[in-house]
Amino acid sequence: MNKFWIIFFHTFLNKLKTKSFIVTTVITLLIIVALANIMNIIDYFNKEDKGEKIAIIDETGVLFEPLQYQLKGIDKKIQLEKFTGDETKADKQVQNGDFDGVLVLSYNQENLPEATYRSLTISDVALVSSLESGLQQMKTQMTAYQMNLSQEQLTKLYEPVSLKKVALEKDAKTEEELNQARGLVYVLLFVIYFAVIMYANMIAMEVATEKSSRVMEILISSVEPIKQMFAKILGIGLLGLLQLALLLGVAYFSLKQNIDSMEGDFFEVYGFGDIPVGTLIYAFLFFLLGYFLYATLAAFLGSLVSRIEDVNQLVTPIIYLLIIGFMIAMFGLVNPDSPFITVTSYIPFFSPMLMFMRVGMLNLPIWEPILGIAILVVTIILLAIFGAKVYKGGVLLYGKSSSFKDIKKAMQLSKNE
Amino acid sequence: MALEIEHVSKRFGKYTAVDDLSLSIPEKTIFGFLGANGAGKTTTFRIILGLMDASSGNVTWNGKPVDYSTSDRIGYLPEERGLYPKQKVKEQLVFLARLKGMSKQDAEKELIRWLERFKVPEYADKKVEELSKGNQQKIQFIASVLHEPSLLILDEPFSGLDPINVELLKQAVLDLKESGTTIVFSSHRMEHVEQLCENLCILNKGKTVLQGSLKEIKQSFGKKNLIIHADFDISFLKEYPGVRKSSVTPEGIQLQIEGEEVADSILKETVGRGFIRKFALEEPSLNDIFIEKVGASYE
Repeated sequence: MNKFWIIFFHTFLNKLKTKSFIVTTVITLLIIVALANIMNIIDYFNKEDKGEKIAIIDETGVLFEPLQYQLKGIDKKIQLEKFTGDETKADKQVQNGDFDGVLVLSYNQENLPEATYRSLTISDVALVSSLESGLQQMKTQMTAYQMNLSQEQLTKLYEPVSLKKVALEKDAKTEEELNQARGLVYVLLFVIYFAVIMYANMIAMEVATEKSSRVMEILISSVEPIKQMFAKILGIGLLGLLQLALLLGVAYFSLKQNIDSMEGDFFEVYGFGDIPVGTLIYAFLFFLLGYFLYATLAAFLGSLVSRIEDVNQLVTPIIYLLIIGFMIAMFGLVNPDSPFITVTSYIPFFSPMLMFMRVGMLNLPIWEPILGIAILVVTIILLAIFGAKVYKGGVLLYGKSSSFKDIKKAMQLSKNE
Repeated sequence: MALEIEHVSKRFGKYTAVDDLSLSIPEKTIFGFLGANGAGKTTTFRIILGLMDASSGNVTWNGKPVDYSTSDRIGYLPEERGLYPKQKVKEQLVFLARLKGMSKQDAEKELIRWLERFKVPEYADKKVEELSKGNQQKIQFIASVLHEPSLLILDEPFSGLDPINVELLKQAVLDLKESGTTIVFSSHRMEHVEQLCENLCILNKGKTVLQGSLKEIKQSFGKKNLIIHADFDISFLKEYPGVRKSSVTPEGIQLQIEGEEVADSILKETVGRGFIRKFALEEPSLNDIFIEKVGASYE
């Protein structure tokens, strides 16, 4: 077998067998399955929860029914109970756990409802806000009644403004489509970001480990350093694809199983119902390119390190680049067509995320992603040529310091003079 | 047919690690590289292996330049242990042998043979980091010879080994030579070089100080060691003409003299003065030659 493939499979299989790889993959899978079933899990725990029970002391004598009526429309689980005793007695029952809280209803000077809510803690924000909006609606109706507004006038007052958004561009996505795209792009951006950071880091660690254990010297006495470097990058790349395919596959199927329970939820709004194949293909392509770019960078930086502890120091700038790209992409999710995003999406270190984001969100003319990809590919090739030179010298370079100055030394070492 | 090193120099910026080195290492012999730390031994090895390009000059192996087309025929044991600490011995040795073009089956078979020879067959499924330094060195040695190289380069092969294992490894080296392997090795330990090498060279600061066969080198050095054990005071010999160095031992005196004629004259001088229990003229040891040649240029 060709030596390239021997190293390729050796890297791939060895990483696959490591405990840390298996453990992280299993844990991530569990998290994904848990997230996909989050609705079922919440429901399971909520079965026990019969809803809050609230004692109402109605000093006005007439507000209890209207409030109960309003609250039904907001949260069916809240149970209101008319309480006949005085406040001290009610407070005691709250302390005993018979009620979750006491709501005292009264009128103010203007003859409008007013209320005090007392409970052990006021940490249940959801309950308080439900009560508040119930009271608010009740108050509005009463005010309207006092002002002699008819039900019809009232309806008119509350009717929402209709704002239609029309895109003039022929192929522009509708608001609904944009929302759908946003959700998917957001998730895939995250995947690209994390995957590139993780696997690029893995490459740098691999190279540094081989170098610090000096096995590198034996390897490059059998195989050209360049061949060895790319076999390694591809080996880890295959591992990454396998892991991502596993994670995304499990995510897809467990979401699909639970799609019924999510109907009408944000999952539907954000377009996980039917996933556009084009976006997925672009995601795959940009992940691969982004990986090659950053892995090449990580490989030759890793080759400069003499001790494993120094890896982070040299890899940090790469991670900063990725974080900056990711931040810009997050901004771009809201403003995908801003000129700033357009320009930065052609910068090769950012385009794996930004160009993908634009392709996913906007209807770009086909030449735009192609140009972006072309720039990216050329950069990868240039970086590979440069990186291979540094790598060849770098793997033989041992010293105390590990810094970017070593790039020059490594280049000298690989040259004839 | 041999390993030819012709006018090889290697410069790192202003620093010259190897300076115009020319050597011819005949096939099926053992060649020793001697030199103080930083003399350029490892750099020379790296150039021979093609890990580094020489600044000038060239290296040929059987008439062909050394590069990755010949690397399958070359074995290398680096000065520092170079193995994956977390991988099992068998796994990584088979991997390294396959990188030298060996098939998996052959590599596994050979590996068992070597482990048994070194009396450590139980290490096959152990991780390298679990082994002691000396045992790691054995594994490292196996890694360099598993693919039956015709040229074997050993950089400090005996460091960190106990005397029994040194003998085990020495015998292996000698057997490899018998079966036709050309072996180049470096060491700080003169006795290893004396026992193993037909030819050797002494490097100092990148330059060859001395080279040739062990016999020639010793003869041309001229000076000899004279050991005298006597019952009377012989310390006056320290000042005797022709004596270059002397050291008093519990039983007598050891002198470094310029030639046999000095010994003759000392013998005549001492006879009759008392009882002489030992009067021996010895070849200089490689250690003496090394200290003389390398030490001189230090001063």
